[in-house]
Amino acid sequence: MTLTTPAGPPAARRRPSGFARMRTDGSLTALILFLPPAVLLFTLFVIWPIFSAVDLSFYKWNGYGDVTNFVGLRNYEILVKNSIFHQSLFNSLKLLLASIFLQIPLALVLALLLYRKTSANTAFRLIFFAPYILAEIATGLIWSFIFDGDYGISAMVANKLGTEPFYILADKQWAFWTIIIVVVWKYFGYHMMIFIAALQAVPSDLVEAAEIDGASSLKTIWYVKLPMIMHAIKLSVLFAITGALQVFDIIIPLTNGGPSNSTHSIVSYLYTFGLARMNVGFGAAVGVVLFALCVGTAFTYKRMAIDKGGQL
Amino acid sequence: MKRTKLFPQLMRAAFLSFIAALVILPLLATFLGGFKTLGELRAAPFGIPSEWSFTVFVDILTGSAFWGYLRNSLIISLSAVVLTVLCASMAAYVFAQIRFFGSRYLQSYMLLGMMFPFATAIVPLFFQINRFGLLDNPLGIILPQTAFSMAFAVVLLRSFFQQLPKELFEAAYVDGCGYVGFFFRFTLPLSTPILATVGTFVFVQSWNNYLLPLVVLNEQSLFTWPLGIMQFRGEFIVEWNRILAFVSLTILPALIFFTFTQKYIVAGLTRGSVKG
Repeated sequence: MTLTTPAGPPAARRRPSGFARMRTDGSLTALILFLPPAVLLFTLFVIWPIFSAVDLSFYKWNGYGDVTNFVGLRNYEILVKNSIFHQSLFNSLKLLLASIFLQIPLALVLALLLYRKTSANTAFRLIFFAPYILAEIATGLIWSFIFDGDYGISAMVANKLGTEPFYILADKQWAFWTIIIVVVWKYFGYHMMIFIAALQAVPSDLVEAAEIDGASSLKTIWYVKLPMIMHAIKLSVLFAITGALQVFDIIIPLTNGGPSNSTHSIVSYLYTFGLARMNVGFGAAVGVVLFALCVGTAFTYKRMAIDKGGQL
Repeated sequence: MKRTKLFPQLMRAAFLSFIAALVILPLLATFLGGFKTLGELRAAPFGIPSEWSFTVFVDILTGSAFWGYLRNSLIISLSAVVLTVLCASMAAYVFAQIRFFGSRYLQSYMLLGMMFPFATAIVPLFFQINRFGLLDNPLGIILPQTAFSMAFAVVLLRSFFQQLPKELFEAAYVDGCGYVGFFFRFTLPLSTPILATVGTFVFVQSWNNYLLPLVVLNEQSLFTWPLGIMQFRGEFIVEWNRILAFVSLTILPALIFFTFTQKYIVAGLTRGSVKG
């Protein structure tokens, strides 16, 4: 997923561009036939709902009848004061920190170990990438079994020790850790693949030159390989940010936001308190805040980390 | 290649095997779980079943619900793939091949779609789908899914189309082949790898999607498999062997399919990050 700005118009045919030219050379037909489906679908189902969300967020509406009950910024006020929403923001932050300090370093180490093309490496890569391909719902279900106090790990340990099992998914203090573990488990392979692709693109003569000069492999990694794949690492962090903001499917089968609403993400908060209860205006307001967070952090991060490096 | 010493090699193998075990064990427990009785599942969640029981698998496979879920998911995902690949490649072709006023703005406009997850707009999207009368209709999933995959697909395809040799178009044009004809006769056939990448990617997203079907579908006969699996869990809340068997049956075909198409998925993931 690139985040570059689009390149200028193709320089293939440098003839004066204009309506008359397009009519005679037949490109107008292609334009009229080819462009509308994509633009129309995109406008109707992506752009329009976003604008509509901003509008709806100023109303209190239960989904039936006309939208007339204008409440101004009430929905946002409720949201700002809502402690469950604070918790879900904080949870997203925890996920992001786990991504940066657990997932990405792990992915980086694995990528450095596995980027050379051998059959054993390919097999490991395939294994590590498999969780990424699993549906979030299936992943959540599998892990809700593993963490289930009556079955899974906890039951096994309790059986061995003869103690009471620990119901971690129902424990307010520890439940969110399960989500962190599952998210790391599911996505580290994705980051690894990004790093592997970047490492394979590092010119091999650079690495060889360092080795001939007597650099240890750690030094080669630190001074040659890591700087050469810095752009991929920065992108990985960006994906981790946007990823942490939109976790949903994993949480539903695991904790469903519980116990006592302590493990919501922003999206599961939106779903539970906006959509499922048909608080349309409120749900729209959460959506708008999420949109602002996504676009805001992506833009700020891109400006601070990526554009400054000039590598993209 | 440097000569590597034995000890670091061993450490490396041990570390990789450890991580691999962490990945594989939960999956293995899932696949084996369906063959166990509840009592055994409780006593030894990760062990090999002492007696292989096939009843829950037979129950699921002979029931109609499971096949219905798979069929619905397949119809929706394949339609989304065809529609996205077709619409996005046509638009990308116009952006890559034709200079026209507003091209640049239109491309930036489409790029907006890559900035946010569709959860942000899910509330109004629900009403938009309702307005078109598409609730409880597969099209109510296919069209938004296509729309949300569009930006990514157009970006990937456009950059690929731009790399096709210009001389080819000049030659075909002189021979009387128009823009539209060139697209179908040359651009598409020459772009099969990137079309496969985009197609696989959209398929994975659509196949795994949960939120959109959750919002759009109410009628159980239309459920996609992620909805079906949650429904199934609701019915058999503590019968973990049934649930695990159901999960196995749905993720196994996906894992096999994705193992074979892995290179296309990875190509889609990494194209942007390497080339920038």
